[in-house]
Order: sequence, then C-alpha cells, then structure tokens
Amino acid sequence: MRRLAVALLTLGALTGCGGLAVAGGAPPAGTAPAEATRPVPPLGDDRRILHVLNRLAFGPRPGDVARVRAVGLDAWIDRQLRPETIDDSATERALVDLASLRMSISEALREYPRPDPKLREKLQNGRMTRTKMMETYPPEKRPFRIAAELQAAKTLRAVKSERQLAEVMVDFWFNHFNVFAGNGDVRWYVSAYERDVIRPNALGRFPDLVRASARHPAMLFYLDNWLSARPDFIVPSGQNRGRKAGLNENYARELMELHTLGVDGGYTQTDVTEVARAFTGWSIDRPRVEGRYVFRPRMHDTAAKVVLGHRLPAGGGRDDGERVLAILTRHPSTARFIATKLVRRFVADTPPPALVDRVASTYIETDGDIRAMLRTILASPEFYAEDAYRAKIKKPFEFVSSAVRALGATLDAQGAFDLARASAEIGEPLYQAQPPTGYPDRAEAWVNSGALLARMNFALALASDRYPRVVVDPGALVAGADARSPDAVLDRLLAALVAGQASAETRAVLAAQLTSPQITRLSPDDRGPADTDVAKLVALVLGSPEFQRR
Amino acid sequence: MNRRTFLRCGACSLVALAGPPRFLIRTAAAAAARGKVLVAVFQRGAVDGLSMIVPYGDAAYAAARQTIALRPPMRGESDRALDLDGFFALHPGLAPLVPLWENRSLAIVHACGSPDTTRSHFDAQDYMESGTPGVKSTPDGWLARAVTALPERPAPFRAVALGPVLPRALQGDAGALAMASIDRFDVRATDTGARGGFEALYARTVGDLLSGTGRETFEAVRMLRSADAARIPPANGAEYPRGRFGEAMRQIAQLIKANIGLEVAFADMQGWDTHVGQGAEQGQLAARLREFGGALAAFAQDLNDRMADVVVLTMSEFGRTVGENGNRGTDHGHATAMLVLGGGVRGGRVHGRWPGLARERLFEARDLAVTTDFRTLFSEVASGHLGVSVAPLFPGWKTSEPPLGLFA
Repeated sequence: MRRLAVALLTLGALTGCGGLAVAGGAPPAGTAPAEATRPVPPLGDDRRILHVLNRLAFGPRPGDVARVRAVGLDAWIDRQLRPETIDDSATERALVDLASLRMSISEALREYPRPDPKLREKLQNGRMTRTKMMETYPPEKRPFRIAAELQAAKTLRAVKSERQLAEVMVDFWFNHFNVFAGNGDVRWYVSAYERDVIRPNALGRFPDLVRASARHPAMLFYLDNWLSARPDFIVPSGQNRGRKAGLNENYARELMELHTLGVDGGYTQTDVTEVARAFTGWSIDRPRVEGRYVFRPRMHDTAAKVVLGHRLPAGGGRDDGERVLAILTRHPSTARFIATKLVRRFVADTPPPALVDRVASTYIETDGDIRAMLRTILASPEFYAEDAYRAKIKKPFEFVSSAVRALGATLDAQGAFDLARASAEIGEPLYQAQPPTGYPDRAEAWVNSGALLARMNFALALASDRYPRVVVDPGALVAGADARSPDAVLDRLLAALVAGQASAETRAVLAAQLTSPQITRLSPDDRGPADTDVAKLVALVLGSPEFQRR
Repeated sequence: MNRRTFLRCGACSLVALAGPPRFLIRTAAAAAARGKVLVAVFQRGAVDGLSMIVPYGDAAYAAARQTIALRPPMRGESDRALDLDGFFALHPGLAPLVPLWENRSLAIVHACGSPDTTRSHFDAQDYMESGTPGVKSTPDGWLARAVTALPERPAPFRAVALGPVLPRALQGDAGALAMASIDRFDVRATDTGARGGFEALYARTVGDLLSGTGRETFEAVRMLRSADAARIPPANGAEYPRGRFGEAMRQIAQLIKANIGLEVAFADMQGWDTHVGQGAEQGQLAARLREFGGALAAFAQDLNDRMADVVVLTMSEFGRTVGENGNRGTDHGHATAMLVLGGGVRGGRVHGRWPGLARERLFEARDLAVTTDFRTLFSEVASGHLGVSVAPLFPGWKTSEPPLGLFA
C-alpha cells in the first residue's frame, strides 16, 4: 500500500513537471504537482483563517486563529484594509528610540554627517588614535545608522504591528518602487522615502504612489534622473562645471518597465527617450544639505515630445512629467502589470489569468484603487482554492518575522536589529536590493542550499534562546500539555505553531524524533516518564518544509 | 519554468524511483571532478589600474601624478615598480605575481572597461556583473548565464560565491550558492539530532522545489564533510595573507581540491576607492595590492599543477583619473587593468591596445580610454577556458573588436 502511494506520487511529480516543461510556463512553485490535476476544493474554516493570516499578515501568533474566528474573518479583513481604524500605539512606542525615523532629509544630513575623507589617512599615519576617532565620529552618528534603524523598524513592525496588512503592503510597494539604501546619497533619503512615499499610499491609489516616488530625492538619485538634462546643457557650477550633462534614460526606462507598463507593456526605445526628455529638470535641490525635489527649467528640454502616441506640446515645462505619469498610470498595460504582481503576492507564483483579468478591470474602474484591487483578490475563489494554500515560499524577511510571531516572542528595537541581520544571512538584507526590480516574489529566487541551511540555523538559534533581545518561552507554548506524554507535547506544539496544520509526514518525523535520545531528556529517575526537549522540537517545526510556506 | 526548477522537479522524481540522490550527484561529481574552473575576483571600489600595472613608458604618466606616480623600475631594486616588458611595470606590492608572469601563466589586459560612461560605483558594478552596460533591469548575472550554458550537471557546488550574499554576477538560474565560509555550511547544532531531524523532514516530502532543494542541501553538506574540504591544508608551502580575501581564495582552493564539481567561483575584495592619500610604492593602495597579489600567488602555489584547469579573472568596475587630485588621491575614471591567471592563457604579455595618456588621447580629457570592452575579455575567458558558447552570455552585444587572443 505504501509503495503504491509513493509510486503514484512519483508519477504525479513526473507528469506534473513534464507537462509544465512543455508548456514553458512558470511552475506553481510550492504546490505538489499531483494536486494540480484534481478539482480544487475550497478551504475549510480554520484553514481559511490560517491562510489569510499567512497572506495578509506575517503569519499567526499563538491564539490569532481563535481571535480572528471570534471577530469573524470578513470583519477582520475589513479592518486590516482600513489600518487607520486599528490602534497601533504600542508599536509606535517601541520605535521611539529610533530617532532617524522621524527626521527630515535635511535633519538626517545634519545629524549623520559624511565621514571626513581624511579620516582614514589620519588614522593610518598616526595623526589620530582609534579612540579619538570613535569619540569624534561615533557609530551612532554615522550615515549607516539610518538604514540600520529602518531595518530594525521594519522588522519590529512586521512582528508587532496590529496593522499587519499595511506592513505587508509597505514591503510589497517598497520592492516595486525599490531604491538601494547603499547607493550614494540615498543613504540619507531612504527613511524619508519609505515614510513619505510608500507608507501613506500603501493602501491608497496606485497613481499617487507613482507620482510621489517620481519626485522623491531617493528615486531621483537612485535612477539618476536628477542629473538628466537637455542634450546641449553645460553644467554651470560645482564640481562638474563646464561638463556636458546630457540625457539619462535610467528613470524613464524603469518607470515604464518596472513601475507601470511592464516589460511587454508596449513601449519602444523612442518612448524611453521621449519620456526621459519629458523628465529633464526633475532634480534635487542641494542634495547634500537640503535634499528636496526641485524643477530646474534650465536643464529641461522644452521641445515637443510624443509619448505612446500622445503629443506633449513644446513648452510644457514641469507639467511634461506629470502628463507622462497620467498617461502611464491610465494605461491598460499598467492595470494588467500591477494586477499580475498583486495576484502573485497574494495567490500564487503563477497568477491565475482569470483573476488577473478581474483585478485589472478593478484597476481600470477605480483608477488604481489598491484597496479595491485587494478586495477583488480576497473575494475570489482563486484566493481560497486548496491549491493556493501554502503555495508561496516565504521570503527570508517573511520567514524570520513569521517565526518570531509564531513563538509569541517579545522584542525591543535592539532585538529587531539582530533579527534584521538574520534576514540578511538568509539572503534578504533589508533595503539592500541593488537592482531596481527589488527583491523577487518567486520561490526559485529564495530556495537554495545555503539559504535553506541558514533558515534551519536561524530556527535553532531562535528556539534555543540565542537572540537574547528576542524573548522566547518555548515552555509556554506547550503549557497545560501533559509533560510526561511526548505525544501530547508535540500535538500542543503543532497546534500553537502551525494551528495543527502539519502534514502527516512531518508529524511522523517529529514523533520519531521523540524517541531519539537527543530530543528526549530522561528525568532524574530514568524509569520515569520522558521530559521532552521542547526547544529542539520548536526548531524542527520552524525549519520544516511547511513553515517555509505561507 | 526555468531550467533549474525543471531539473529540480525532474531530479526528485527520479530520486523517488531510483533511490537517494547521492547516486546522481556522485556520478556527476566524478564526471566534473577535474573539470575546468573559473574564479572571478571583483575589486570593488574601482582599482587604480595605472598604479597596479604602471605604464612607466608613457611620458605623460609621471607628469600627471606629482606625488603618487611610481618611480620607474630599476634592475635589482625590489621596492620600486617591477618591469614587465620595458613599457609596463608591476606595482611592487604585486611582487609575488612575478614568477607567474615569468612562467607565462599570468596575462594582463590593460585599458579594459565598460562602454557605459557612468562613474557611479553602484551602476558600474551592476553593469559589469549583469554583463549588460546601460541596462539595469537584466534579471541575472553573466556568470550565472555562463553556468547555465554549460552541460547540465546536478552538482550542488557548481557555482559558489564565498561571502554572505550571492553577488549579482551569480544571480539567476544557475543554482549558485553563497557561503560565508565552508565550515559554516552545515546545521549548527550542539548535537547531531537536529541535523538528522531536519534531514528526515525534507526527505519525507516529494515532488517540489523545496524538498528537492532540501535533499540537495543535505547531500551537499555530507559531500563537503566527507570530502573534509574545510580541513584540506594549503599545499606546496602556500601562505595566504590574513584577511577576508585571502581567506576566500584559500577556501575556493579547498573546494577545487575536494573534487566536488566546482565550475565557477566568485570572491571580492573591497577598499580600492582611493580618493585620499592613495600612496605610491608604499601606502594605502600598496597595502591592498599586497593582500591582493599575495592571495592570488598563494592560490596558484596551492593548486600547483591543478592551475592548468583553473583560470582566475580579476575585474573592477572602472579605473581612476589619470591626474592626481588635490588630496593625493585619484577620482573615478574609466578604463583599468584586469588580470587573467592560469589555465591555458597566453601569459607573460600585456594584451589590448594602449590608448596613451597624452591629454588628447584621454576619455573626456581626464581618464584612460577603454580600448577593450570588458565583455570581449569575459567572453574570451568563458569560451576559451570553460568552453561556453558566447551567444547567451551578453544579450544584445555584438563585438566589433578584434579578439584579444588570450587562449591559443
């Protein structure tokens, strides 16, 4: 019987893969291919709740399933869609020591000054001691502190915030409109960028996100638009005085390819050049002192442009860029591109085409209302289909946050710093994605040997208390279970960590572990009952295949 | 679906039929055991090619640099630049490389760089690693494309970066893995129970990317342990300099000697952005070059005969200004020098056309001009050494340059 089951599964795997290879599409990574051929039953009630907590939140905390059941799933979702109605003052209080989060760009530039370029020389030829250097230029005054505080804040919010969907969307849109925090002056701009561009619009209207990002110094710097000028422009002053600046197409290309239309959205190289010309003059005022958007008429190309068939008459000035953004955000390709990405985030790596169509229609009907698009997804049978359940592989950041939440751990800002480092070790150093694509949202990008080991090692470290500022009490998770019955302890643990939703295989492996001497510690009189090593079981559950999925 | 996921699913189905994947991997490893290896080394921060490989024969060189020009070589003087061919000289910090130059296993390509004119470290590194100058949205790196263009082998250690994150050059479908160090590539538990538990968890599920990778991972861990790669000592009296880069090169040599199917390795070294107090024969840059040259020479010494199968290719995102700046340093420039060491390279010569340092020959009147597109160099190494067909490596690129003729 058992052999037969294996053979059937194998056959399913073979046919599943073969069929996909012929079709040439992306695999529904994470789904067992054998399931794809069966009709898809909808999820049962508690599985629905768990599914929603895994997709709209960074995973459930102990007791969350029961809490959602009590208020009702629809009501819970509705509140998450209106985060302003959820009290989150405890999270804000926990962030109070991270001062850079509240600074304007000019304050950040002042408070975290650039290192004196002569510092290294002074250190090397002995004109300054290391102690003196640490006094005059302590780590907490250095620019990297800004990104570090932002990393800690992001982690702390993912773990602790009651506005979970809002945090999920902030992560999603930051990657969509990615800037790299290590890129030149972005170091000082990145915190304001997330706070002023991404956060207020994360559940708002998509065109507002595009408009806000287009004029933020972080984006202007990262994709070079601040330097882009009409072809014959000569830099009048400063370091590059007398040099020809010229047109820079970076922002124009990524605006269409990555922010709005998508790579197959129907634009040409001529459109890229025309869009770049439209945005000439969108620049940064005193980038190292003020760091504010400015339109520089002298850099602007005043001639007429044609963008995707729309004519922008000569002399449009700063409005050229605004008009381009209106054209792009109303384009059907943009509706489809954004719908595809949202469905990939919330449903499956290979987005069901019918659902993408409906979400794209919502975009067009509502002029890009993000909340409305999410409602379309969350009301769809595709979202609640059995084959969407645990179909997504958690990104490293999602994995770390969900593990900490699953244990009901408490942490402070310092603990969040340490956890951000764990995300980096597993492959997702926060705010450090160099390419404008941001971090990918597909399984293949995250599933590799080194990363998988790093996940297991994180699970072990977290469960065995090696993050001193993240307080975990594995014993509390199994409180009330009969400590003399390893089976009862295991069941209680699985109920707490994965709401009892472990596969039979995983349950069997863990049960087998209960008999191994490393897992069970014999009590003082060794004829007595076993005392289960809960921490190790916790680590195994967090490192298991199930827990890598959401 | 990409090749890798297909391979993963295919491999696990086979596994369920034919037994543990050990069999598959061992066979593959044996086949690749003494295959060709390419080691890419990135000098991040833009190395000053004019100090690394000094064009002392160009009259404009010394004139452009009042305090940081290296004095021309002089026979028997080891603290000055070391003559290569009567025109170029090696920085004295690179003295350990002299024997490799003399036995013709070290080639140099000067005035090499990107056709893109950006002077941003970030953009230029990105372009050099993606292999697509001017195009930021390329999803994968050129080294990853090189690996996927090689005959398929399900070996977990085909492409490895020594470092905490996978560099852009290896991102993509190559299944490359990044490891901070060999001895940390394991389940770190105080007893063996945890490893066995995790392994059992991943062995019990079949048919998907995660469990397929899980099996591969434990196979890889076992492979590394049974080869005892972390304990293979440097051979032939090789002594690696202390520091991250020497450590990375030492571990790459261990992976090669462990015969576990390594084909492409990547390491990088920071600290080349010498705007202030660059130094000449001694100083800041000299210290970096000593570590750099010492590690490369130790690597060649360590691998000895095996270097016939191994090529080390060094690169940097751009070079530095020909003129010295007001802080006894140099600013971001254009072309630089790159090294090719080992394999069947035609060494003992400086390849590429020298554009000259006279002001009218400079790029934008300030920088060494690029006469060799980095893609010409990279593609010659990939095809000449690894045997990769050049077509998929650099999308959208058609060379108009004559070949360098690095490989006979």
